[in-house]
Amino acid sequence: MRIRALIRFAAALSIAGFATAAFAATADDYKAALVKADAAIKQAHALKNEWTTTGAAIKAAKAAADAGKFDEAVAHAQQAEALANGSIAQAKEQEKLWPEAVIR
Amino acid sequence: MLRKILLAVAIVAVTAQPLLAAGDVDPQADFKAFRKYFTERFPKVPLNDFVNGPYSMDEGLRKQWQAKEEFPPYDFALDKGKQMFSTPFKNGKTYADCFPNKGIGVRQMYPIFDEKSGQIITLDVAINQCREANGEKPYDYLKDDMAALTAYMAFTSRGKPMDIKIPNDPRALAAYKKGEEYFYSRRGQFNLSCAGCHVQNPGNHIRTEVLAPALGIMNALPIYRSEWGGMGSTSRRLTTCNSQIRGVPLPAESEEYRDVEYFLSYMANGLPISGPGARP
Repeated sequence: MRIRALIRFAAALSIAGFATAAFAATADDYKAALVKADAAIKQAHALKNEWTTTGAAIKAAKAAADAGKFDEAVAHAQQAEALANGSIAQAKEQEKLWPEAVIR
Repeated sequence: MLRKILLAVAIVAVTAQPLLAAGDVDPQADFKAFRKYFTERFPKVPLNDFVNGPYSMDEGLRKQWQAKEEFPPYDFALDKGKQMFSTPFKNGKTYADCFPNKGIGVRQMYPIFDEKSGQIITLDVAINQCREANGEKPYDYLKDDMAALTAYMAFTSRGKPMDIKIPNDPRALAAYKKGEEYFYSRRGQFNLSCAGCHVQNPGNHIRTEVLAPALGIMNALPIYRSEWGGMGSTSRRLTTCNSQIRGVPLPAESEEYRDVEYFLSYMANGLPISGPGARP
């Protein structure tokens, strides 16, 4: 009984390990995430509304990629994309909302 | 004949629409509302005292400032600026050749609307235009030389009422409107606008600092900041504001910054120039 439980546990571990290995990010994943982030950053730049944290996230992504840590690199690139999208949404929203704040 | 007249009237009415659309820009109405807001919110602050920024809001800070003014920290910059102002360019001309009244006591007129370019020209930009016209390299808008020179020019205008003109030119009105839009728009990851600090929260603390009121905020520039350990130009003040709310600053003296300076300076019309200022 105990041996069976151990075998099941070992099998579960190996599957989990395989799965982790199978889903580890690659350089291509990083490049794809970077392309998306760069596109969002370009749009934010065109709207003259970038956030400083976006640049920091991209910097961290590139540093992680240079160190071969592609999981981290992808995560940072995705964070940069999300931040850039936040600044784009802010700029578009403020185009309509700013008159509400004017002193009347 | 009557038909022709009616047709002409109709055409004029239709084509006049874009001009009428610009009619929703009403600097004078904005000016009145702006002034009413601050004077009603801070009834104990004398109107001319708003130009002293946080010191008009906080008695303790005011006492510290008055003590510091006995030996103002911007004195070195004033001396340097005076010398720079009077030193001839390589071609023998000086700044006096570029400005009305030979550059003395003119700070209160800037920014101006330049009819030729359709742009807003701040004092800092006018200085660099003067330099370039005389074969000199322009100063960095964020560095000490510009701050020192504008400090001296502001000093020669101390006490003179801000006197910003907005001509009835659609380009000037558009610049004013853009400046107003910039002032009231939230930006940066902290989602703050200039107004968020300087209209909604003057007198309140942001960390250790007391926020200055927007009314008269341009009158004290350039400023010596203890935090910086030196003088800072208007551009340095604006770009730092952007960074502090986690927004990437625009290039110094970009159109948006010049327009917001135009808007804020117009709001301060009639209030005395107090620059160069000193801030914590």
